[in-house]
Amino acid sequence: MEIKSMHFKANASAKLADVVLQGNLKNAKGKFVTKRAQAIKDLDDFEGTRDAAEAIRNKVIDNLDLWLERFEQKAMDTGATVLWAKDGAEVCRLVTEIAKKHGVKKVTKSKSMLSEEAGLNQALEAAGIQPVETDLGEYILQVDNNEPPSHIIAPAVHKSLDDVADLFHKVHGTPRKTEIPALTREAREVLRGHFLSAEMGLSGGNFLVAETGSVALVTNEGNGRMVTTMPKVHVVITGIEKVIPTLEDLSTLMRLLPRSATGQPISNYFSILTGVKKPAEHDGPEHLYFVLVDSGRADVVGTDFHAILRCIRCGACMNHCPVYQTIGGHAYGWVYPGPMGSVLTPLYAGMENSIDLPHAATLCNQCGVVCPVKIPLPDLLRKLREKQTERGLRPITERIGLRVWAWVAQRPKLYALGASVGARYLKWLAGDTDRIRLLPTAPEWTLGRDFPAPQGKTFRELYAARRSATPRT
Amino acid sequence: MSSREDILGRVRAGLHRDATNAAAGRAEMAAALASRSHGPKPAIDSSPQALLERFRVKSEQQSSSVDVVTAESAVPAAVDRYLTAMKLPKSAVAWPSLTALDWAAAGLNVEGRGARDADLVGITGCFCAVAETGTLMLCSSPDTPAAISLLPETHIAIVRASRILPYMEDAWALARKELGSLPRAVNFISGPSRTGDIEQTIVLGAHGPYRVHLVIVAD
Repeated sequence: MEIKSMHFKANASAKLADVVLQGNLKNAKGKFVTKRAQAIKDLDDFEGTRDAAEAIRNKVIDNLDLWLERFEQKAMDTGATVLWAKDGAEVCRLVTEIAKKHGVKKVTKSKSMLSEEAGLNQALEAAGIQPVETDLGEYILQVDNNEPPSHIIAPAVHKSLDDVADLFHKVHGTPRKTEIPALTREAREVLRGHFLSAEMGLSGGNFLVAETGSVALVTNEGNGRMVTTMPKVHVVITGIEKVIPTLEDLSTLMRLLPRSATGQPISNYFSILTGVKKPAEHDGPEHLYFVLVDSGRADVVGTDFHAILRCIRCGACMNHCPVYQTIGGHAYGWVYPGPMGSVLTPLYAGMENSIDLPHAATLCNQCGVVCPVKIPLPDLLRKLREKQTERGLRPITERIGLRVWAWVAQRPKLYALGASVGARYLKWLAGDTDRIRLLPTAPEWTLGRDFPAPQGKTFRELYAARRSATPRT
Repeated sequence: MSSREDILGRVRAGLHRDATNAAAGRAEMAAALASRSHGPKPAIDSSPQALLERFRVKSEQQSSSVDVVTAESAVPAAVDRYLTAMKLPKSAVAWPSLTALDWAAAGLNVEGRGARDADLVGITGCFCAVAETGTLMLCSSPDTPAAISLLPETHIAIVRASRILPYMEDAWALARKELGSLPRAVNFISGPSRTGDIEQTIVLGAHGPYRVHLVIVAD
């Protein structure tokens, strides 16, 4: 996917001014949060389960090379083919080659964020192969001129019922329906034909199980089961960090993933797929491929950002993020929005392309508190800010400003004078009120909020006055 | 250099891989695979009656309907009762492993074969069930095709009460004991298919069944 994160500020402003989007975001707000809070009450030891999940993920990423080799061996033993892709271009090349090898004309897809990273749909179309998104949210976006997703588990969360009603009426040529069940039924009927006629199914992978060489898929709609059961070829595209050791570990993580994502105790369908169809079986793919994708992940191993590789893509961080909730997912400008996206985008798509993302956070740590695998997201965002400064990526005005401030801060008398003049100037600006509506030095900052006016004296002045008024004992 | 070697090479560099820590890492990996340790599990009363009750309650919370019969021979009549009440057709596709039941006596036309798009009712058993979450575990095989619980609009599953286990971890242990290795597809099913992709409003019947009915045999 083309990165647009360099335009974050402008995009965020546009999203804030978008009345329809703001309405849709307001409607969606809090639903996942409430459900999650309810669902985690079932677990007697939620914090202990988080600790266990963190340990499981660490166990693998701390020895990722060994676990990958182990998974690869087990998967090959089951009859699967394991391929490796360095980047999105290689993903597109490999998947297109597989499709051509098996004479594939149509590919049904279960949701895969990695396929978004790679821009796979465009590559398949260019090769004359029809990709069909089958997750309802992804389908809505695909038929709406390939709009990118705005949430990793609820991709069309920015759209209203009205938006979908208009869209289906337009693209299906059917009478406009206004009931959600009727729209869902319409999509089901359109997609059922695709499920049965596609020669190839493509899915992501929630987890890869090293013990058995299996892929684990978590879905509610049943489309994940369809694309991995009906076509003769199944291709799994997944990041190299998705390996977990055992089936028991899968059970632990499954106590957290659906609860953290949608607030469900368990997703409707949880499928563990191992190898290919046996000769006497009625269904299942005859060919199974794993495409293990790097796309920036390998270079994160062992760095300050190692912990982000634990991520299990539940979306809880964005559901709880005040920034995401206000601007929506598109403003972030790449595949992954919200706090995890603000860490992943600079690492996978270039720090220089996403300079504002690590700053698009209040560091309130709501994301860190809800993360099921305890990724310290605010710490990682802060580290990214440090890296930006180290690499000289911050704007020249900010760099000069900070130098000036540092120079002044090292001269206490000058600093005191500056603070005193500054405080009086700001008080004068506020006039009779206690707020400043427009800061001439930072007009952007006061565009969306007022600046509280200082009360006239600086801390040093007050401190000095108090000391002279109170005799020492 | 192949992409595989390139990727693994950079992972190894990131981990400062050498002979010593590779040996330690391998030992750790072998220990993790052998120990199959599990995380904290919520407390569950595991007496047979309590398991059945919990499984029933949790299944109903996920929009499945539940009937309990006392013997396997009573299953066809129970299925007929449900289909009649729901005004559903009396024809169904079933796991070939279930054709021994006397469906015809209950007035049902049940065929043991793989599922087709036109099938409206699918009848399956289950490998076992999980009381913690009210979840069925289905294992694919020639006698137990996976698509029967997926393509038809109505899925009816027969659950033997003695196969209701407390946790998913118990299901893995049972699969290892009885099957040795995993079948091609293990499907954990918790109620009818659903979506919340339009305005986060839950709608039942996305791409899979609209309704799931469980007939529990209290054996």
